[in-house]
Amino acid sequence: MISSCCSGTAVDYPHGSPVLLLEAALVSMDRLAIQRVYADSGLSPLSFCEQVVAPALAVIGEKWDRGELSLSHVYMSGRQCEEFMEQVLGGRSASVPERRCVALAVLEDYHLLGKRLVGFVLKGAGISYLDYGTVGVQELVRRVQRDGVRVLLISALMLPSALKVREVRDALDRLGITCRIVVGGAPFRLDPALHHEVGADLSCDTASQVLPALARLREGES
Amino acid sequence: MTSMERVLATLSHREPDRVPLFLLLSLHGARELGLTIEEYFAKTEHVVQGQLRMLERYGHDCIYGFFHASLEAEAWGGSTIFTEDGPPNAGPPPLKADMIASLAPPRIAEVPGLTRVLEAQRALRRAVGDSVPIVGVVMSPFSLPVMQLGFDHYLDLIFDRPDLTHRLMEINGAFCAEWANAQLAAGAHAICYFDPLASQKMIDPALYRRFGRPAAQKTIAAIAGPTATHLASGPCLQVVDDLVDTGTMMVGVGGEEDLAAVKAACRGRLAVLGNLNGIQMRCWDEAATVAAVRGAIDAAAAGGGFILSDQHGEIPWQVPEATLDLIAQAAREYGRYPLAGGRGGP
Repeated sequence: MISSCCSGTAVDYPHGSPVLLLEAALVSMDRLAIQRVYADSGLSPLSFCEQVVAPALAVIGEKWDRGELSLSHVYMSGRQCEEFMEQVLGGRSASVPERRCVALAVLEDYHLLGKRLVGFVLKGAGISYLDYGTVGVQELVRRVQRDGVRVLLISALMLPSALKVREVRDALDRLGITCRIVVGGAPFRLDPALHHEVGADLSCDTASQVLPALARLREGES
Repeated sequence: MTSMERVLATLSHREPDRVPLFLLLSLHGARELGLTIEEYFAKTEHVVQGQLRMLERYGHDCIYGFFHASLEAEAWGGSTIFTEDGPPNAGPPPLKADMIASLAPPRIAEVPGLTRVLEAQRALRRAVGDSVPIVGVVMSPFSLPVMQLGFDHYLDLIFDRPDLTHRLMEINGAFCAEWANAQLAAGAHAICYFDPLASQKMIDPALYRRFGRPAAQKTIAAIAGPTATHLASGPCLQVVDDLVDTGTMMVGVGGEEDLAAVKAACRGRLAVLGNLNGIQMRCWDEAATVAAVRGAIDAAAAGGGFILSDQHGEIPWQVPEATLDLIAQAAREYGRYPLAGGRGGP
């Protein structure tokens, strides 16, 4: 079992770096500044996603984790990145090579903000994924099997939803399906041991931690 | 002292005979009666019997006249999803932004779930009179839209359509005050004003001050009884002054927050309620239970102005009754004033 993962913080970047400039632009909701950071970077859209957008969202996520920003900042930052990328890419995908099939779901709950935040981070990093929305345990397992999902991301706000991850884990194991489970959400933040209890491989305290989590799972497979 | 006297003393920032304990148990009554959660909430008498049995069993200091939050979603056209092992949950959000312009508050008498709550509070008041405070619950105008619209669409509304956000606050505020006053008229002694979005963890405090605080000031002023604002696990330190300005009497504190720091910030202005970790409580043994109770009392009970409770405003179904018994015993043993070791001065 791998324990909780972490990601970079603002001090990892020099003053005036594009990551910090974009972070400031996102938090202050300055769309012109976002465009300026992109134009000044000289990067391709895909490289900008990987090298600037994803780290900036990670910095914002870490600041939320430390109580320096609010969830509304995290959400609006993600939304602005999504809008910016749609504008820059003109509907084209910015997919980076990801050989594993990744899916994102919420178990039997309509609190969907966490899932949307993770989606922003994945899109910001150019990682494609299957969005299963709100599903029950049996349907989720069926889809994982059907789609050949290798990494399943589950967002939970309510404790009963978090506890249902155990049922997903057991069902996947019974079917002999090799699929790593990454969880996140309030119950897992409030009880750091909960993800072990429900058989998840990793727990993320913030949406942006999904990227280092995917990287760690990739390392574990190599 | 009766529970009511104990609670009134601590709300006046004086030390009663012991630290009051609020076990905010909305679900465990079903287990007391051998019912499923859905069966339990289907009949008023179940909830009345469940609350009275738990009052007898644990000897704590309140009756929780709360069923489940999704009843308010039902009032606005939403639905409730029942599970076997947790609080009934709100189904898909019933409203869209374009409905707000012509939206009107629902009529309480036309929502069967809300009328069951009122019937239960009436019966509970007949049973306990004024000896034990009966706590009613409302969702704040600022936080209710999470169930009405979905959190992401609500944030979109705040940023993209502040005009509609203000209108929604007006409509929700009118409903909230009416719903609170109906509960007070039925038998509740006080109202727990759930406002998780007031927490800086959820919403930029600048936005709370623009939308949430004015809505709270107006709504709480229209509620004809005392209110306690609960942030449902959210930290509150950055908005304590704002909460004081709303006219509320108490704040429910999240488990991630330093309880002593909150007490210091609130001292003499707001009573503090909290903040045992309900998620971890599922797995506590006796030593962990006693340590958690003592830790909270040590952090916040000196000088009164403190009620021991959980951090969320609802103890999870998975918490065993034996743990609740231990919490109640430990609160009685370690919460007696004057506190041990010379603690207890203001």
